[in-house]
Amino acid sequence: MTDTLEVQNIAIAFGGVQALTDVSFTVKKGELVGLIGPNGAGKTTLLKIIAGVLAPDSGQILLGGKDVTSLPTAARVRKGLAVTHQIVRPFRSMTVLDNTALAAGHRFTSNPLTALFHKARKSEDTHARTTLSRVGLGGLEQSDVNALPLGMLKRLEVARALAVEPDLIILDEPLAGLNHREAEQQVDTIAALNAGGVTTVLIEHNLREVLRVCQRLLVLDGGRIIADGDPTTVMANRAVREAYIGKADDHVAA
Amino acid sequence: MSLYAYSLLSIVGINIMLAVSLNLITGFCGQVSLGHGAFFGAGAYAAALCAVAGMPVPVALLAGLFVAGLLGLLVGFASVRLREDFLAVTTIGVGFLLVGFVRKQSWLGAEMGISKIPASGLGPDGNAVMILLFALATIAFSLYLKRSWMGFAFRAVADDEQAARTLAIPASTYKLVAFAIGTAIAGLAGGLYTYFTQFIVPDSFGFILSVTLMAMVVIGGTGSTWGVVVGTIILTLLPEAFRFINEYRLLIFGGLLVLVMRFAPGGLAGIVTSATRRLRRA
Ligand SMILES: Nc1ncnc2c1ncn2[C@@H]1O[C@H](COP(=O)(O)OP(=O)(O)OP(=O)(O)O)[C@@H](O)[C@H]1O
Ligand SMILES: [Mg+2]
Repeated sequence: MTDTLEVQNIAIAFGGVQALTDVSFTVKKGELVGLIGPNGAGKTTLLKIIAGVLAPDSGQILLGGKDVTSLPTAARVRKGLAVTHQIVRPFRSMTVLDNTALAAGHRFTSNPLTALFHKARKSEDTHARTTLSRVGLGGLEQSDVNALPLGMLKRLEVARALAVEPDLIILDEPLAGLNHREAEQQVDTIAALNAGGVTTVLIEHNLREVLRVCQRLLVLDGGRIIADGDPTTVMANRAVREAYIGKADDHVAA
Repeated sequence: MSLYAYSLLSIVGINIMLAVSLNLITGFCGQVSLGHGAFFGAGAYAAALCAVAGMPVPVALLAGLFVAGLLGLLVGFASVRLREDFLAVTTIGVGFLLVGFVRKQSWLGAEMGISKIPASGLGPDGNAVMILLFALATIAFSLYLKRSWMGFAFRAVADDEQAARTLAIPASTYKLVAFAIGTAIAGLAGGLYTYFTQFIVPDSFGFILSVTLMAMVVIGGTGSTWGVVVGTIILTLLPEAFRFINEYRLLIFGGLLVLVMRFAPGGLAGIVTSATRRLRRA
């Protein structure tokens, strides 16, 4: 099977802070991988480099076997990548439905010329409605995003990412702001999506949920990968316990 | 109708083209441009040179459209890399640069401008009709654009460029496209202006015009085509109706601009929308 994502020797520093050091791993087609690590470990930075929002100081990113290190974000998304933002970024002037329908219309909007000559939105609206009900936002289609609580905006992030119909989705803390039951439902949705063929990387502090569904865990600490493997082995790893447990005890309890 | 009425209609039509095209750039795509007058000027000069060289009207108008659009593309390329707030300053600079450049060019008539531009052959009434038809076409295009997927993507880029990129929208390309379309329409308006006055000077295309156009957009309602059209008509006709307004034009427009931005950022369109919403609820 081909590797959907290959991260090769990625490093980046912000001023004097080395945020990532020689990070390498691959994600195979169909996997559901949990990416965990304490606050400031570099998880979001890694996602931004994979998405092309940040350029690494060194290293390569491959999607579906092709080097995309120099491609802009939009081009990577066209190749089947979708990401969600840890700090939610809804389009503030749009309703929940429009936020999602815009994502569903990626085939039109990815090329300005195509976008100029198309107007009909019906099938994208329908697609958006289905996606919204899938993440638990059914009934909120016409809501103003500025009036929504964080938990709902987190779901909207997931809905938009799903609406671009990705092969690979990387979710940055999609469970923040959701209560116990909502988090469980959200993770079930993500697992079902993965079962449907979407390769998934789940960045989360909610270890209970991560351990419940992920077949593989990647642990990042201080900008380095300190463990990679099946969840039981990884959680028994001493370095992981030292780096992670304690600092993240409160998250485990949450 | 009198000659005065025809000239008034022509000026209203040209201003509508200018304000609506600026609204494409600023209102739809979120890029503040304070140099729109310069692109209008580029179109006017390009058309004037063609007309003086004896070329037919459509060719001169197309030249205005293309020269301004290419210039817009150039300025756009330089500015997509800039941070948002720098764009406003850059466009002011481009405006001054262009007017300053034309002033020193003898082949463009320098300070004296270009006079004795051949007539379009349509007469004052024919000119006014042609200008109004182009203004209507601009309005129709703007209304269509807003409802197309391009308008949808423009809104996403205006809201949050970064989020737009993660939904496969090439934000910088869209910003360039908005700039090129908006400045090309301004250039076409410049060509029409050339045939309307048959005499152009560099000072007509400076900062004062650019700010006035921005006032029309903001007061009418940034992003609303009809709002901008109404704002343009009001701000164009008011100084004609009341002499004193003409004398204090800049002061009044500038003051209104600031007041609207502070107290009614949606402009006239925003006020109407919220009023109808309140009426419906009551
Ligand atoms: N733009 C930036 N400029 C400077 N430093 C940054 C920047 N972005 C991230 N950092 C630093 O890089 C390190 C990694 O941050 P990152 O946000 O990737 O961590 P994280 O694992 O996502 O943490 P969290 O679990 O809190 O979301 C931190 O030390 C952070 O302060
Ligand atoms: Mg993070």
